[in-house]
Amino acid sequence: MSAVSNGTTPAATPKPNPAGAVANWADERLGIATATKKQLRKVFPDHWSFMLGEIALWSFVILLLTGVFLSLWFKPSMGEVVYNGSYDQLRGIHMSEAYESTLHISFDVRAGLLMRQMHHWAAMLFIAAMLVHMMRVFLTGAFRKPRELNWIIGGVLLLLGILEGFAGYSLPDDLLSGTGLRIADGLVKATPVLGSYMSFFMFGGEFPGDVIIPRLYTAHILLIPGLLLALIAAHMLLLVYHKHTQWPGPGRTEQNVVGYPMMPVYAAKAGGFFFIVFGVVALMGGLMTINPVWRYGPYNPAEVTAGSQPDWYMGIAEGLLRIMPGWETHIFGVTLSWNVFLPGQIAPIALLMLVLAYPFIEQWITGDKREHHLLQRPRNAPTRTAFLAAMITLYGLLWAAGGNDILATVFHLDLNTITYFMRGAIFVIPPLVFILAKRWCISLQRHDNEMLLHGYESGIIMRDAQGGYTEKHLPLSEDRAYTLTARARDEVYAGMSGEDANGVSAPKARMDQLRAKASKAWFATNVQKPTAEEFEEAHHHAELEHAHDAPLEGHAADGHQFDGRHDVAGDDLTHKH
Amino acid sequence: MSTDNHDEGHELVPAEPLADPGLPEHLPRPTDVDEGAAKRAERQVATLFGLSSVFALLFCVSYFVFDIGDDPDTVGGLGASNVFLGSCLGLALLCIGIGAIQWSRKLMSDHEIVEFRHPAASPQEDRDEALAALDAGITDSGIGRRPLVRNSLLGAMAVLGLPAIVALRDLGPLPGKKLEHTVWKKGMKVVQDVDGTPIKPDMMEIGQLVNAEPAVFFPQDGEPELSGHKILAEKAKAAVILVRMHPDDIKPTELRKNWGVDGILCFSKICTHVGCPISLWEQQTHHLLCPCHQSTFDLADNGRVIFGPAARHLPQLPLELDADGYLVAQSDFTEPVGPSYWERDRTDLK
Repeated sequence: MSAVSNGTTPAATPKPNPAGAVANWADERLGIATATKKQLRKVFPDHWSFMLGEIALWSFVILLLTGVFLSLWFKPSMGEVVYNGSYDQLRGIHMSEAYESTLHISFDVRAGLLMRQMHHWAAMLFIAAMLVHMMRVFLTGAFRKPRELNWIIGGVLLLLGILEGFAGYSLPDDLLSGTGLRIADGLVKATPVLGSYMSFFMFGGEFPGDVIIPRLYTAHILLIPGLLLALIAAHMLLLVYHKHTQWPGPGRTEQNVVGYPMMPVYAAKAGGFFFIVFGVVALMGGLMTINPVWRYGPYNPAEVTAGSQPDWYMGIAEGLLRIMPGWETHIFGVTLSWNVFLPGQIAPIALLMLVLAYPFIEQWITGDKREHHLLQRPRNAPTRTAFLAAMITLYGLLWAAGGNDILATVFHLDLNTITYFMRGAIFVIPPLVFILAKRWCISLQRHDNEMLLHGYESGIIMRDAQGGYTEKHLPLSEDRAYTLTARARDEVYAGMSGEDANGVSAPKARMDQLRAKASKAWFATNVQKPTAEEFEEAHHHAELEHAHDAPLEGHAADGHQFDGRHDVAGDDLTHKH
Repeated sequence: MSTDNHDEGHELVPAEPLADPGLPEHLPRPTDVDEGAAKRAERQVATLFGLSSVFALLFCVSYFVFDIGDDPDTVGGLGASNVFLGSCLGLALLCIGIGAIQWSRKLMSDHEIVEFRHPAASPQEDRDEALAALDAGITDSGIGRRPLVRNSLLGAMAVLGLPAIVALRDLGPLPGKKLEHTVWKKGMKVVQDVDGTPIKPDMMEIGQLVNAEPAVFFPQDGEPELSGHKILAEKAKAAVILVRMHPDDIKPTELRKNWGVDGILCFSKICTHVGCPISLWEQQTHHLLCPCHQSTFDLADNGRVIFGPAARHLPQLPLELDADGYLVAQSDFTEPVGPSYWERDRTDLK
């Protein structure tokens, strides 16, 4: 390991220039040179997919900035007032101060509507970017040791982001957000034993009460953002400590990280990217209407708009709630609402637990306890990739189910049929997608091996003396071939051998058998990269083929040049050999 | 660069088929070799930064030039002020971003740098030292030798949880029987929800649905009985719908035979699933659909659930006529309205 040269000599007396003077001043108080000497030139690898998490980070910064602006005018109060502002259609109507101040921001504060819309768009972008970033990390195996804890932090960030979004769009106290809270109240009431108490404590009495908006406001601007900020800081610190993962390639190994330095390249790229995300969000806020609360009117528990939809990230919860059959149990004078409790509380918690536990489940199956800093191509982990494909399918189906009324009206379908279909589809289609995706990955692996051993398809068709046609294959470049082979061989865990098993307790042996089975299901059908012997043989084969093809080299098939597309003047039509 | 072979101790693993060719050679960009290209890139970056300040100034101009307020629908239905402020701010920011990235791609050095990783774990000696320090700390505290101190501290910590929970008691009142009752009572008029007009049977046609509320929300004169959020909380339980069907179409249970007036029935408007107000009425089929999660109730058949996630029928309010011929309630609802909750006792359709 080579020493970093700029850290070995003590800093010389600063040159008498202004920047040096500032640096000197700061270092004498903060000791900042030691902390930054390595970080300033810290290396980040380059790949487009590493930018997805950055979108989430920058969206969060935009949310903080626009949120502070909105908080200067927003009044988190359910006190009743009569609207007297600029928006004609609502003038004279009784409403809460929260809704009134939201209208004030939208119509009587210059740039207020822009900031409101930017805030909402950035929130959607924040959650979408976290989700896509998480899929990237999942598909490339970037959650593996030593990054499992960062995966968990990421999962909690996503959960907090969704809660923060829900709290945020509940604040304006318009008809749509009140309907969302009404549904939340129903979910809470379905909690066994404590439901009605939780609801009364949440709303300060019977729904809707007069305290939920101020309480959500505290959660939305203090509690959850504080947690988000702390966890994002931890996420970034771990990223710096672990150093970023990289794709395998020539010179890129498990022991190094190759890329551009933080200062100046990534400072400019990431800093510039902040402005791009910010700029795109500003354009969205200016040109795309979102959550036009003035059209919905103030909240009234006796009214609702047909086609009410939550923000997109609540879509799967909404879908689950809609397709759940109406099951309820009455026993010993109490009610257990499976129809609300299962989809509204059990399912989201189970899903979160599965997400958080995933790295450890996979580690247990594969038995892989090594550190991994090189990313995997999705095809090289077929079972994992297929699992995500199935989960995305499930997500998509539930999302569609969450809009079953919209689907019915837009496509003129029967609402009940869609719902019955979805009840079955969420159990049938994801497994089918799993099988398809897994086979697809495996055939892509085969294709990689074919290219490695026999070269890539050049598109040149050769005709031999017997009149047979073959396509000429050309060898991959050295760099590309190495990149394709830069992956570990999968080892199927065979389980403890018989004599070992005699000494272990029955449950442990059963677990071991289960693990061996899971490992087989996980790995057994994967295609491994070619061995050195296979390469040798393929190389030999290629030489023979080359000898066979050599005489045919450079000849167009007779007559084919008269196809009207080529200049044939001076063409030699005779055979040369 | 040499490759590091990291699978020592794996004799069974086949040798790596291909050797690492090492980092590819650095290829110069046009801006590295052509001073003209570099100058051009420099001008592009500076132009973008310059444009950014132009847009930032235009943002300030737009702020003062365009009116906001009553006219949110100008310029494509978006409001002139909003469109110009958003576009100028967006372009000002984008120009900085694109300029910075162009600068880094064309003009900053693009030599790749190699940094070595270290294992996430600390070196063994550090671990030993840390463990020794921890042991020393634990020994010095005597916590191992004096279990009484340890246990009483753990106990104190656990009991400290109680004040934390108890202090939150005043978050809200206890539910009591509040969820079982609404403001409906015998003789209360059923009035239209918009203006509080009382309703006579001949004001409704067959097939018609009227959104209705108890008259108590619309005090005729004097002090209102309820105000502000109290009304909202009561409305969340007491909102009803009146429907008039052909009397022959209605199949009431034995108990409900005299709950309607001339084919007019009154049902809770609050869905028994999670509490959305139900309002989508299909007059041909007598079905009422909840717009939130599509639970469907058959009002001709005592509000029975015929589709969707709701588990219970829609509660029905018994109706009668008062001396003046207006529709009034015979009593409160005979069962709790709205979403289910744990203490809700079983109520079969009777």
